[in-house]
Amino acid sequence: MSNSNFKEFTKGIIKQNPVLVSLLGMCPTLAVTGQAINGLGMGIATTFVLFCSNIIISLLKNVIPKEVKLPCYIVIIAGFVTIAEFLLHGFMPSLYESLGTFLSLITVNCIILGRAEMFASKNKVLPSMLDALGMGTGFTLALFLMGSVREIFGSGQWLGMDIAVFENIKPMTVFVMPAGGFFVLGCIIAFLNKIAGKRPPQKTGCAGCPNSSKCLRDSEEEVLKK
Amino acid sequence: MSSVFSIMISAILTDNYVLSQFKGICPFLGVSKKLSSSLGMGLAVIFVMTCASVVTYPVYSLILEPFNLEYLRTVAFILIIALFVQLVEIAMKKTLPFLYRSLGAYLPLITTNCAVLGVTLANIDNEFNFMESILNAFFVGVGFTLALILFTGVRSKLEDCDIPEAFKGIPITLVSASIVSLSFMAFSGL
Repeated sequence: MSNSNFKEFTKGIIKQNPVLVSLLGMCPTLAVTGQAINGLGMGIATTFVLFCSNIIISLLKNVIPKEVKLPCYIVIIAGFVTIAEFLLHGFMPSLYESLGTFLSLITVNCIILGRAEMFASKNKVLPSMLDALGMGTGFTLALFLMGSVREIFGSGQWLGMDIAVFENIKPMTVFVMPAGGFFVLGCIIAFLNKIAGKRPPQKTGCAGCPNSSKCLRDSEEEVLKK
Repeated sequence: MSSVFSIMISAILTDNYVLSQFKGICPFLGVSKKLSSSLGMGLAVIFVMTCASVVTYPVYSLILEPFNLEYLRTVAFILIIALFVQLVEIAMKKTLPFLYRSLGAYLPLITTNCAVLGVTLANIDNEFNFMESILNAFFVGVGFTLALILFTGVRSKLEDCDIPEAFKGIPITLVSASIVSLSFMAFSGL
């Protein structure tokens, strides 16, 4: 593997981690991470969809007309999401149940659309594959980290195993609840900012969204009008 | 009548899409800086959600279900929503320019808003009938708008606060969202 290809793989894991640095795909990150195993499953399912759709979109990049590229990408992604749903339903029904609607909602995960738009539609197949694997790994690791923190503090377990320290301490259920999700993600990002020692990213998830150029342009026009 | 009321309470307060189901977090964090933009986004979401439910429900019950094609619903629904948002944008530009000026900027963003796809799928999963689906979609939109407007107020207070360096920007926003979400947990007893 040449050096530049290796970089395509590693950039998604730490430097451009989709969740913790680019702040993309917040909905599944917050919603399914009540337990570490769900975070892991969601991460792997998303990686699968991202990997397949990146390959197809990169192969079809010269065929898809510019005007309708977003609908085309969405249909390709939705197709793979349906395949992932079938596979999980057949082989891991318990995970399928606990992920619920969020499995279908992988379709509108901005990481996948964002990578299709920003990377796969401009690059060859091999770099696109590696990019997808790197980003997917980064996403999975972030979800696993979130899930672990919430499960350990919220229910005193990790991957379903009891943790000895928590035998005498009552777990704080709030961590497993929605409010805990926001709190843990905020703290993890703040912690990373602290150890990275740089100014935190000011932009929100919007900036990485494929529609952001239009949206931001419109809001700039709004400012100019005033 | 009681079912209408229970749908309303659950969609707006107890199962608020943003604060307890984590759908539509991107616009929630992205456009909640100004009251005018959160109101615009909220109204656009209410509008698209309601209309999308009107369209997707018959498509599911009249086309997909009779032909045993339920598994195609994700593909079909997202296409309908994408198409619909485009149509609304064109139609609004021509016929309701005053509305377009205030909502237009937010419409393209809605295609990838998972709350919209989420509500159409939830209508099917909860086995709502046609009227209940439309009401549910409308009230979920109202709940989304309520959360957005409440959060805009919280964020405007944050502007003047002295926040630790590492927490500046998105982390403090998430932590305050957590507190707003905590306050909504009080409704879960309803």
